[in-house]
This record gives sequence, structure tokens and C-alpha cells, in this order.
Amino acid sequence: MNNEYIIGILTLAGINLMTVLGLSLLTGFTGLFSFGHAGFMAIGGYTAAMMTVKFHWPFIPALLVGGLAAALASALIGKVTLNLKGDYFCIATLGFGEAIRLVLDNVQYFGGARGWPGIPYYTNIWNVLGINIVAVIVLANLIRSRHGRNMIAIREEELASQIVGIDVFKYKMTSLMISAGYAGIAGGLMGHYMTFLQPKMFSLAKSTELTIIVIFGGLGSISGSVLGALVLTSLPEILRAFYEWRLVFYGLAVIFIMISRPEGLMGGYELTPSSMKKLYRNLTSGRRDKLQGEGGGK
Amino acid sequence: MNVFSKKFYGMRLPAVLRTGASHCRELLASSHSGKERKRMTQFFQQLINGLSIGSVYALMAVGYSLVYSIMNFSNFAHGGVIMFGAYFGFFFLTLFRFLFPVAFIASAVCTAVLALVIERVAYKPLRERKAPFLYFIISAMGASIFLENLVIAIPAIGPTFRTYPEIFNKQPFKIGELAIGKLDTMMFVVSAICLILLIYIIDHTKIGKAIQATSYNIKASALMGVNTDFIIVAIFLMGGFLAGIAGVLFGMKYTVYPQIGAITIKSFIAAVFGGLGSLPGAVVGSVLLGIIETFTSGYLSSQYRDLIAFALLITVLVVRPMGLMGKVTEDKA
Repeated sequence: MNNEYIIGILTLAGINLMTVLGLSLLTGFTGLFSFGHAGFMAIGGYTAAMMTVKFHWPFIPALLVGGLAAALASALIGKVTLNLKGDYFCIATLGFGEAIRLVLDNVQYFGGARGWPGIPYYTNIWNVLGINIVAVIVLANLIRSRHGRNMIAIREEELASQIVGIDVFKYKMTSLMISAGYAGIAGGLMGHYMTFLQPKMFSLAKSTELTIIVIFGGLGSISGSVLGALVLTSLPEILRAFYEWRLVFYGLAVIFIMISRPEGLMGGYELTPSSMKKLYRNLTSGRRDKLQGEGGGK
Repeated sequence: MNVFSKKFYGMRLPAVLRTGASHCRELLASSHSGKERKRMTQFFQQLINGLSIGSVYALMAVGYSLVYSIMNFSNFAHGGVIMFGAYFGFFFLTLFRFLFPVAFIASAVCTAVLALVIERVAYKPLRERKAPFLYFIISAMGASIFLENLVIAIPAIGPTFRTYPEIFNKQPFKIGELAIGKLDTMMFVVSAICLILLIYIIDHTKIGKAIQATSYNIKASALMGVNTDFIIVAIFLMGGFLAGIAGVLFGMKYTVYPQIGAITIKSFIAAVFGGLGSLPGAVVGSVLLGIIETFTSGYLSSQYRDLIAFALLITVLVVRPMGLMGKVTEDKA
């Protein structure tokens, strides 16, 4: 294994992480599930690539425009579907994600289903790392703010939070737009890393993978999402020797996590310096705090 | 309001069907010239193709709907079960050289067992913990990934496309200028028999009554002495059985490959279109979707077929989330 290979995997993990962070806000902190985030990635990816290839914009502004486009698309879809209850929102996002892919299949301007080669290679480990650090800081601050607490309240008990005066729709919408924006930026990063975009890259399987990473990392935990993205993106690479069987194990692992540890790796628990100190104290004193967060017992 | 009540069967046909019927009459009345005649033939040809594919969608969609009506989540592992049905049928016919009807029943039994195993492994622990529906969906997604890749990973099966042996000759029935494929006819007949049987079971047997009661209120029916765990076993067995039959039919019509499950998502769309949790809704939604799909490929372009299906899904969710005949989803919080 050479360095380049490992850096390649880390870059991919970082790109995944960017979407997962957004999805973590939506799923882990607001309690909305999406099976359409690959669609937002596609919108961001194609928009950013259009900016750099067709209009010769610099990389970072192009990324931001991609994120903005995804956020706008999410506002559109959110406006009509965020009022849906239960898994109907899930199904709507699923339909949306697939519809985006199928539309892109037919847009000849972007190369259609055959894909779009020749996108400049701008993404590297450093700008991925930088963007992710910014993304984590923004997210962490958002969650600790009043807005973030309102979102968590909606996750915990939508009706009750409505009663105490939280504008549920507004906060769901904000959460969806931010998470779609993250996904859009990740899509831009991906396009400029692969130097190639194809609608097939943004299939339902990709959306599912992203949601699984969030669940695996633990709902309501940013550090869990980071760990989840790193572990689950590199896991298939580590298992490459059993190339064919890796996704079989992946599927089994998902079921196993759901039935045995539904709170995920971190489960609402954050890995910060102070929490590590506390953990260390607890470990040395032989006492363990019960993990907080979604126990899945509701 | 009971999801399965008679009221729904007697419900007025949706506007789409009515306009379709008036379109037919109009065509029949003005079909004297050659050009008109050709148009009419094409129209009915598409209609027949749509009915045949729609009936297979219906077999798959009732599986989604049955599970949703009792457990309130979308069982995405159902696509994997259907795919296994197609493979079971293929190997029963080619490797073990079963008689065709025997292979049919055998693969349906196998998928019924498979669906039950999935329920026991992936959903039962969640049910016992009363987990929120999201965990069920993720677990179902995991099961679907597992099934799909298991087929790819087993060296004897692999990712190759396989074609069923020819059971019916390609010579179609001729009615006037219409050509009706034997396979299409068989698909329609078999699906119709299965669906009638299912609706009979739901409506006229004791277990059917229990299923209706459980779909209405699982807690209350448990208090009234319904063994809800057994009901869940029953719906998974029934859904799995139909999935097997649908899988074999689908495999015969097209080819067998591990990603068939991705196509079965369209039967899920049909279930949503008709109204999740409603059996008649699933059937009507499937037939309509089948017809819409064939008409799109016939009159527009087959490229737009899937796009139309997903656009329909979003439109239905926006305009009428409970679907054509589904139960009204008021969040009780």
C-alpha cells in the first residue's frame, strides 16, 4: 500500500463525510430521513462542474454555487413535501433523488447517461480537509445555538415543540436546505476529484449508503458521523480482498447494527476534549455513564 | 374506516380510467379509415401490454401494501425477495428441470420462507423493542443490500444476465389485428388468480378478518385475542409467496439479473400511487402505472418511462399523499 492510495481513500471518505455531515443535521438532529441526498449531490456536482468547465470559474466559488443550487432545489422540494408525515417524506425524497438522476440521464448538455468527462482535477486531500473542518465548525455551532436546539426539540417531540412555539416547518426547512447545501458542495468536490460525472453515480444506492453511514455513526452525534464516514468508506477498501463478499457483509452489518445497537457507534455522544476527559475518569473509576440520545426505544 | 372494507371495491373509478374509457369509445366510433384503425390497434396493443405488466406489478405491490398495512413501514427488502423468486424459478427450471407449474409453486414457497426469515432476523427484534419506523426501513435496506450482493457473490450465480428457457412459443394469439402474446396472457391470468385468491382470503376467512382487524388497530386486536405475531408471519408468508410468483413471471418476460430489485421499486411506486396499506389500491395503482408506462414508451419515448413513474410518485405525494385509496395518514403523535 502506498501513500497515494491511502490519501485517495481519505479524500473519498472526506467527500462522503461532507454529505454525511449535512445528512446528520437532517436525520440525526432534526429527525427527518432522506433517501434522496444523492440527488442533491448530483445537482451540486453538475452545477459546480458547469461553472468550472463552461464558465471557467475558480474552484471554490463554483463549489459554493453548486451548494446553493442544491439548497434551492431542496427548498423547492421541501416546500411541498415537508408537511408529509412519517415515511412519506422519506418516499418523496427517494422519488426526488431518482427523478433527478433520470432527468440528468436525458440532459444532453451534460453528456446524458454516458457521463461527462474532462472536468478539471481540483479536489485534493487538503481542500477536502479544509472544507470539512469549516463544515464541522459551522455545524457544531449551529447545533449549540438556539436554532439547533429547536431542531433537536423537533426530533424529540414534534407536537410538543410546536406547542411551545417553535416554527416546525421553518426549522425543518432550514435543516433540509443546509444539509442539501452540504451535499451539493460534496457533489462538486466529487466531480472535480473523479474528473468525470455520470448520473449513475448518484443512484438510490448512494443515498442509502449515506443514510447508513449516519445511522452507523450514531444519530445526533457529529463525531459519530465523522467516524462513520471514515470507517464505512474505508471498510470496502480494506475488504477488497473479498471484493464480491464485502457488500454482503455490509448488508448484514447494517441489520446487525439495527437490531443490536440502534444508537450507532456514538449514539448522541460527542467526542470532544472535555467528554474524553470525562470518559477517562469514568473508565479509571470503573463506572460507566449510560449513553444518552436516541435509544430507539420509543 | 377499514382499509379493506367493501366500500373501496365499489368506489368510483378514478378519473384516469374514465377518460381512458371515453377515449376508447371515441376511437371505436371513428375507426373506419385505415389510419384511424391503425391508431386504434396501437392503442389497444399498448393497453394490453400495460395490463399484463401492471398485473405483475400488482403482485409485487400487494406485498409492500400488506406489510405497510400492519407494520407501517415500507419493506424495501421485498425487491430482494422478488429477485430471489426469479432466480429460484430459473434454477428450478434449468438445473432441476422441474415441470413448469411445479417450479412456479416451488419458487413461491421458497420466497415465502425467505420473506419469513427476513422478518424473523431483521424486523422481529425491532418489533419487540417497539423501535420507530426508520429503524425498520434501514434494516430493510440492509437486507436488500445483503440479498442483492449475495446473489452477485455466489460464484454459481454471479452478476450475469440469464434468460429463462422458452416455455411458450412466441406465436401470439390474434384477435383481429391485435397480437396478444401467450406469455402476456399467462402473466395476466396467473396474477389475476393470485390476487382474487388473496382478496378472498382477506375477505372471507378467519385469518383474513384477523388481518383486517390488525391493520386497523394492532393493539386493540391483540387485546381481543388475535395472535398478532402470527398475523405478521402470515402477511410475510403471503407477500413472499406472491413475490415468488411475480419474480418468476418477471424473469420470464425479461431476463434475470441481480439488480431486478431496482425495477421492483416501481411496484413500490404503484403501491404508493394506489395508497400504501390498501390492497385494492395497490392493484389499481399497479394496473394504472403499467398502462401509463407502456403508453409513455409507446407514444413518447421509452427513455421517459422511468422518469414519468417517479414524477408520478412525487405528484401523488404532493397532491394526495394517501394515494388513490389509502387510509388517511393523520399523525396521532
